[in-house]
Amino acid sequence: MYIEIFNERERTTTKVEFTGTKVRDLLSQLKLNPEAFLVVRNSEVITEEEILQENDRIELLSVISGG
Amino acid sequence: MQCGKCQHQAVISLQHGNLCKNHFIDYFEEKVFKTINKYQLIGRDEKLCVAVSGGKDSLTVLYLTKKYLEKNNIPIGNLIALAIDEGIEDYREHTLVDLNKFCTEHRVPLTIVSFEQELGKTLDQAYPIINKDAQKKPCNVCGVWRRYLLNKHAKKLGADKVITGHNLDDEAQAIIMNIFKANTTLAARLGPISGVQEHDLFIQRVKPLYFCAEKEVRLYALLKNFQIQFTECPYSKEGYRHHIQEMLNDFEHKYKGTKQGIVNSFLAMLPLLQNQEKKAPQTIQQCSRCQEASNKDVCNACAMKETIQNA
Repeated sequence: MYIEIFNERERTTTKVEFTGTKVRDLLSQLKLNPEAFLVVRNSEVITEEEILQENDRIELLSVISGG
Repeated sequence: MQCGKCQHQAVISLQHGNLCKNHFIDYFEEKVFKTINKYQLIGRDEKLCVAVSGGKDSLTVLYLTKKYLEKNNIPIGNLIALAIDEGIEDYREHTLVDLNKFCTEHRVPLTIVSFEQELGKTLDQAYPIINKDAQKKPCNVCGVWRRYLLNKHAKKLGADKVITGHNLDDEAQAIIMNIFKANTTLAARLGPISGVQEHDLFIQRVKPLYFCAEKEVRLYALLKNFQIQFTECPYSKEGYRHHIQEMLNDFEHKYKGTKQGIVNSFLAMLPLLQNQEKKAPQTIQQCSRCQEASNKDVCNACAMKETIQNA
C-alpha cells in the first residue's frame, strides 16, 4: 500500500510504498527511531501499535528541537 | 490502541501503560508538580525568572510554572521570563516570534537580551574568531555566554530563582557526557537544583521538567496547541551532545527505561559527588572585568570577549 508522509524535520512530503502494517513498521522501514518522532494521522497523535491504511496521510513530528 | 484508564484512543505508550490525550495531560502535569514539591523548587515569596527560548521545553515550563502558582494561590506577579538571543541566523529569530506571542497571551513580562548588545558580536560572528584561537566549538562558546547572561540579567531583574526547561533527556545526556569525560566536578552541579555551593553571585537554577522525557514534552506542547515551529539550531549536530543523544535514543528504543535508569542512578550518587566537591570547594571570586562570579581573575565570558576585541 501507499502512504503519504510529511516529515517536519526535512520539510518534505513523499509517497512511499509501505510493506508493513503498523506505525512501528513504517518507522522501521524509514530507519527512524520512534524515540525521536511523534506520529500524527488526521490531526490525531497515534501510537506505534496503530494499524495504517492505504492512502493514509502521516505527519512525522520531530521530538528533538535541537537547540 | 486504547487508553489504559478509559475507552479513548491512546496517544502514547509508556512503560506503565497507554494513555489518551486527557489522561496523558493529567499524568504529565502531576509529574511536574510533584517534582516541584518534592525538591522544593518554588518558594511562596520568591521572584521567579523562567529562562525561555520559544521552544517546546521553555514554553511548557513557563506555562506549568504559571499554572502551579495559580493552583497554589501564589501571586503570579513575581513571574518573569528572560530570553537570550544568541544571534544565530535563520534560527533564533523564528523562536522569538513564537515566544513573544506566548508571553503576551499568558501575560508574563518578557525581557530579551542579545549577545550582540552585551558582548559586541552575534554568535555567528564571534564563533569563527574564538574558534581560530582556542579551538572551541560553537556550543561551548554559546553555553558560556548564555549561562553568563542568564545569571547576570536574572540577578538584575531581582530574581531569586531561574527556572529552566531541562528535561529527562537533557539530564541523562549531561550525566553520560560528564562520565565519559571523567568530569565529576561538573556532574556534581547537575540534579533538579543546579550547583553545589550557594553564593550571592549565583542565582539558583531549578528544573521542573527533570523527570519528563523529551518525547513527553513535545507531546504535551502539541496537545496543548502551543504554537511552536520546528526549528533546529544549525550548530546542534556539531556538538558532542548530539552523539550522546543519538546513542541514548538507540538504547531507549531497545531497552525501555534507559534514560530514567541513568537519572535515577545518578540521583542516588549525587549526594556523594556533592560532598566530595564540598570538601575541596572551588574559590568563587568576582571577575576583575565584569564583577560577575568567576573561579579565576577574568571569567570565561570576558576572556572570550577580549579575544574578539583583540582579533
